[in-house]
Amino acid sequence: MEFVLVQILNGISYGLLLFMLSSGLTLVFSLMGVLNFAHASFYMLGAYFAYQVSAKIGFWPALVIAPVLVGTIGMLVERWGLRTVHRYGHVAELLFTFGLAYLIEEAVHLVWGRVAVEYRVPPDLDGPLFTIFTSQYPIYRGFMMLVAVAMLVSIWLALTRTRIGLVIQAALTHPQTVEALGHNVPRVFMLVFGGGAALAGLAGVIGGNAFVTEPGMAAAVGPIIFVIVVVGGMGSLAGAFIASILIGCMQTFAVALDWGFAGITISQAAPVLPYLLMVLLLIFRPRGLMGTREG
Amino acid sequence: MRFPHFRSIALGGAVALLSFGVQAQTIKIAYIDPLSGPFANVGEQGLAEFRFALDRINAKGGVLGGRKLEVIGFDNKVSPQEALNQLKRVIDQGIRYITQGNSSAVAGALIDAVNRHNERNPGKEILYLNYAAVDPAYTNDKCSFWHFRFDANADMKMESLTTWMAGNKNIKKVYLINQDYSFGHAVKKAGRDYLARKRPDVQIVGDDLHPLGKVTDFAPYVAKIKASGADSVITGNWGNDMSLLVKAGRDAGLNVDWYTYYAGGLGTPTAMGEAAAGKVKIIAEYHSNVANNKAAKWDADFRKAHEKQKLDFYFLRGKIMWEMFAKAINEAKSAEPKAVALALEGMRHEGDLGEVEMRKQDHQLIQPLYVFTLQKSAAKGGPKEAKLDMEGSGLAPVTDARLEAYTSAQPTSCNMKRP
Repeated sequence: MEFVLVQILNGISYGLLLFMLSSGLTLVFSLMGVLNFAHASFYMLGAYFAYQVSAKIGFWPALVIAPVLVGTIGMLVERWGLRTVHRYGHVAELLFTFGLAYLIEEAVHLVWGRVAVEYRVPPDLDGPLFTIFTSQYPIYRGFMMLVAVAMLVSIWLALTRTRIGLVIQAALTHPQTVEALGHNVPRVFMLVFGGGAALAGLAGVIGGNAFVTEPGMAAAVGPIIFVIVVVGGMGSLAGAFIASILIGCMQTFAVALDWGFAGITISQAAPVLPYLLMVLLLIFRPRGLMGTREG
Repeated sequence: MRFPHFRSIALGGAVALLSFGVQAQTIKIAYIDPLSGPFANVGEQGLAEFRFALDRINAKGGVLGGRKLEVIGFDNKVSPQEALNQLKRVIDQGIRYITQGNSSAVAGALIDAVNRHNERNPGKEILYLNYAAVDPAYTNDKCSFWHFRFDANADMKMESLTTWMAGNKNIKKVYLINQDYSFGHAVKKAGRDYLARKRPDVQIVGDDLHPLGKVTDFAPYVAKIKASGADSVITGNWGNDMSLLVKAGRDAGLNVDWYTYYAGGLGTPTAMGEAAAGKVKIIAEYHSNVANNKAAKWDADFRKAHEKQKLDFYFLRGKIMWEMFAKAINEAKSAEPKAVALALEGMRHEGDLGEVEMRKQDHQLIQPLYVFTLQKSAAKGGPKEAKLDMEGSGLAPVTDARLEAYTSAQPTSCNMKRP
């Protein structure tokens, strides 16, 4: 009982972190059709910026400043990079973001070195939040969940209740019409790309000290967020949310299962399961759980 | 306009010729290890230490009365395939010595390739100096004349570790968690077998394998360990797999002792932080606060020379490896790999912490090992032996026990084919 409860909480909090990571990716994709390979690199930048800022003025300012910085970089990348490449089509954009991921990684090597940096959970958030029977549940995991849920709600409100949200939604399907109505669609694109990067940056601030801040961290989460976006349905925020929680819980519970076949236990195969899910889904339901477009 | 051009080309040519002349004298060693990607920090550390060691040897006059030693980095991205590509480049460049350590999977591929190359190209043999890949197979059924291992293998470390654990009566329930590849499997098997032999009363309450370098969230594994009621965990994990595991354990309030191979450096102490104090034990051939340390000055000099990169001195076995290598070249009076290999076989050497021997039978270095615990450093209120901390993390190693070389020496099934 204790074990099951703890595992459910672990699964949900990990799933929510995955959602923070993938929401930006899916937003950018739904609006611009760009599959951003550098998305996980923005996550890494968020963590490193947060490390730098929190060393100087503390964690709480970092929570705001780091995502803003990453968002600004995202906007600059869109304005001076992607927009130029855009006219050569999606393949060029894909290659551009692919190259960008390597550039960011090398830049991180140059600035912060190759060894993990000492980015820690702030003392106010360090310690147990509550105890389930005998297992402690850390405050920081609770904080992670809180931030993720707050983020989900505010994205949803921003997209459905604000003027800019409506313009974004309209630009999603009818960019020409929106432009004809006098809205600056390229600027909307820039804002969305920057916003997506900022969301990844925020996930970096939270994930960087929960786990480890080091140059390999982008490569470690890169593949899994693509799985989430594909499973949830390309461009669907709700789909990404469901897929994140699903994959978070799936991985958590798979670890606990010691039975298996052919000498391989389920727990051994746990990290591969999301990819298996993705392959199966692509075969049987190519548009994903909540996706709208086919194939 | 033409003249200066011509001159600079001629000058360049002359310089190239000159440097060629110098390089023909230099004995080159190819360092085939990760220099990019997730394990780049591990590779960079080794390269920095080896450069430092070879510079010292060169400063004392090199080998064979004035020939210099030089180590050159080849990035294998911890991939066996990429390592073989790099080996091809090494052979093309006429380099006759290679050294590698990270990942036993890579080591296996290199041993096979070196054996094949040497069989087909007599007179152009390659010699492989292994400083860290510890799958026991490479000095047992897969042993090779062309391979020398300077690190204690996984079984030897487990032998020493369990010898020490056997004396600790507080250990009642043990959990094993390891990376799912040849090395992790070796640790798992040795851990189970040796504990069953030395402490049959100890219960193995769990045994997990997880993929190498792919797990970001260890909380589910920690919940499983907690549910098993274990008081001690044995793990061969290295890199992030090590630090994330201990961090997740602390977050969940898991109260166990960690018995590890690789928690003692390469970024792991920084990542674990003070969560590890008093809880993490390590089996290795060296740490900075070891008693009667003849390498203390070397350690301090290395730290000082790499202050900016925040590197500690980690590979004592690397220092010993290069000293023995230089000695072997001088004894053989030749830089030919075959002659050097014959001189290395059976060599005894006064190491900084006691005598070591390169066993002739299987080319395995037999050396004393230490069990030590990470404690808060003396500066942060820890015990006074905890003088030097690791990576400025506030965690400092303190010896629990020294295990003499004979403790870890294992029988070998090696049946070596000698040329």
